[in-house]
Amino acid sequence: MDQPTPSSPAEIVVQMCGIVKHFPGVLANDHVDFELRKGEIHALLGENGAGKSTLMNILAGLYHPDGGSILVNGKPVSFSSPRQAIQAGIGMIHQHFMLVPSQTVAENILLGLDEPRFFMQLSKYEQEIAKLSERFGLKVDPRAHVWQLSVGEQQRVEILKMLYRGANILIMDEPTAVLAPTEVDELFNTLRAMVAQGKSIIFISHKLHEVSQIADRVSVLRRGVSTASGVETRSMTKTDLARLMVGREVIFSLEKNPCQPGKVVLQLEDLWAENDKGLKALRGLSLQVRQGEIVGLAGVAGNGQRELADVITGLRKAEKGRVLVDGDDITNRSVKTGIHHGVSHIPEDRTHVGSAPNLSVTDNVIMKKYKHAPIARGWMMNAIAATNYASELKQAYEIIAPNLETPVRLLSGGNLQRVILAREISSQPALMIAMQPTRGLDVGAIEGVHRLLLAQRDAGAAVLLISEELEELIDLSDRVVVIYEGAIMGEVANGNIQHIGLMMTGVRQDQLADHMEAAHE
Amino acid sequence: MDPIIILQAGVSTGTVLLFATLGEIFAERAGVLNLGVEGMMLIGAMSAYSIAVYTGNPWLGLLVAMIVAGLFSQIHAFISITLQADQVVSGLSLGFLATGVSLVLGEGLSKAGTIPLIPTYTVPLLSQIPIIGPIFFTDQKVLVYLGYLLVPLCYYFINHTRPGLHLRSVGEYPAAADSLGINVYRLRYLYVFVGGLFAGLAGGTISLAISPGWFSELTTSGQGWIAIGLVIFAQWNPIRAAFGSYIFGALRRLVLDIQGPTMIFGLANPFYYNPYWGFFLQMLPYAFTIIVLVIGSREAIRKRLGSPSALGVPYIRGERGL
Repeated sequence: MDQPTPSSPAEIVVQMCGIVKHFPGVLANDHVDFELRKGEIHALLGENGAGKSTLMNILAGLYHPDGGSILVNGKPVSFSSPRQAIQAGIGMIHQHFMLVPSQTVAENILLGLDEPRFFMQLSKYEQEIAKLSERFGLKVDPRAHVWQLSVGEQQRVEILKMLYRGANILIMDEPTAVLAPTEVDELFNTLRAMVAQGKSIIFISHKLHEVSQIADRVSVLRRGVSTASGVETRSMTKTDLARLMVGREVIFSLEKNPCQPGKVVLQLEDLWAENDKGLKALRGLSLQVRQGEIVGLAGVAGNGQRELADVITGLRKAEKGRVLVDGDDITNRSVKTGIHHGVSHIPEDRTHVGSAPNLSVTDNVIMKKYKHAPIARGWMMNAIAATNYASELKQAYEIIAPNLETPVRLLSGGNLQRVILAREISSQPALMIAMQPTRGLDVGAIEGVHRLLLAQRDAGAAVLLISEELEELIDLSDRVVVIYEGAIMGEVANGNIQHIGLMMTGVRQDQLADHMEAAHE
Repeated sequence: MDPIIILQAGVSTGTVLLFATLGEIFAERAGVLNLGVEGMMLIGAMSAYSIAVYTGNPWLGLLVAMIVAGLFSQIHAFISITLQADQVVSGLSLGFLATGVSLVLGEGLSKAGTIPLIPTYTVPLLSQIPIIGPIFFTDQKVLVYLGYLLVPLCYYFINHTRPGLHLRSVGEYPAAADSLGINVYRLRYLYVFVGGLFAGLAGGTISLAISPGWFSELTTSGQGWIAIGLVIFAQWNPIRAAFGSYIFGALRRLVLDIQGPTMIFGLANPFYYNPYWGFFLQMLPYAFTIIVLVIGSREAIRKRLGSPSALGVPYIRGERGL
């Protein structure tokens, strides 16, 4: 160990005082204080848009603060680029990995460094990287290409990249968002190994149970204001943290009527499809969704979820297999055919697929209705009918917008999602494909979306919910099926998170028993 | 109709395509599509020829051709990198501009009389190797040998050096490069410039070595477009680019030679009796280019061929840093 055990009082490595940061129209950080001790895992908790990432991007040199001061190891600093922050020993691991997929692990780690100077003697550096990865328990092959790696492995490459640059302070921006539960455990072990060796870690999250599990201390932000700073995690309950984060009591459980499944609405038989790169994304996937039930599709991102949603809604060609809705074969038929069969789609990409960002609220909500009376009048549009219809929906779905002519790109994420939901639900769908419907929304908006989905289920729609938030899946769904590399691994009805987690890493349901035993031994 | 002569001429004329293709590979690997290759080649051919006429020094002509085409490429760089305009529109405009300027400045140049050209050279020993010797190492222009050197050098540079790594990352995932302190804009400017240098060299190679003279826009006769097609065919790999360039060069010569004999393989030669068959052959490289460009413009196929992921996408540093 290169550092003796820290004596108390613990050495403070980062001190941020009165940080202020404005963005056009938002005060992202309002006099925020933050301090990090050597050898601790410090969680930064807050809802989406609370200003956590902004604060840390300031520390990592991506943004310049409008006010306040930063001390690193007792010395005042002012970074104008990430490079300077890295030189001061601060490395940030972003939510979206900054890795070049077509290059190898070693190449990605060496990218942008002054050494090697000209010729890439990769084998020499590969050894160094292997040594480093062993020291911190970050198992990854330096010769592998990044596109071949799982998301968990890619994250390890990101961590290695920072360690290789000599970072002592690591900022991890929602590192668990993309991981399967077993990978989360591995990550936590790595983080503990790193603090044991004298590194300090800032762990940005909005997941309460993770914060209580991993962090020594926690700071909470709400709407840019610090509501708790450096509190011992042990002294806080989950409810305390939630109150600090949201500003009110949060109800963790949803009221749910018992599920009454009816006839099969969606039937998928042996579906095969390719992703954008021409690789097989769906490999013989079969699935059924019945009337009046929500089927949750769990899986680590990139295992074919997007392609599945595309194939069902007609946006992507299936190479093999069949998509049946109410018994009618709609495989590889147009999107319109799907809509006629009552398929509705809440796409993952709200701004580009789910809506036309520059069109008004009215135009966006009538997109499925403009061909029918009263909005259609022959080949003309009845603007008055359209406006009336839109204002009805605006009220019913509590869309907060200055007026109906506002381009939807100006709406917040939650309101934009309400516009999309209003359009899709008002078409009285028989089948609803909802992909990541709550991603990036705050707790209040999430509650609203959940209630709308449950209402659809109770009204007799079949709902396929695709999400990476396991809790959301377990809370909302009547059954959870798990997808791995484009095939269904199995189904869980009782919300057994351990089973789901194992299947997310490619264990088939019939092999579960063996794996559980192996884990016990 | 000696196959050795056709192949020898193929390597010679293919060298023009090779230079242009290599240059475009650099620009595209950095993420910038430059459709102005044809125009840059033409201005290169014109500058090289004028300088050779006025100074009597073909080498100075080549150097000036490279610099002039390089400077012209920076117009495209400014519009597409700094102003973040559509690369297709900007590249096409550059092509029109460069073509127009070279036609105006090249007025009267075709009557300039004889000028000194780039010399030819026969490599001792290597030229004695059967088949290979006469095709690659006998009576070739010095620039052809430069081509042989450049292909492995470019390949090694792109794949096995630190600047090459930076070049690739800027074209594949500029945000990652940016996050590690690599100046994406500067590198893109640089490699668009390199593309311009190569295009200028290709143009000068035509007017001072391969088919000497100034024949206004017929000097390049669409070879810049073939080069853009070849980049896709070569999958952005300099070695594959060399194969493609030499094959196309050989095809150009074959078209001429095949119209000579009255009999071919013991049958009446259709190319001799009917000139339209010859036109058809002449059309093939261009038809190929159109097909490759149409196919290559489909994003899914481009990705499958291994196109740089950020090709054609202006890099805008996100307001939120990502």
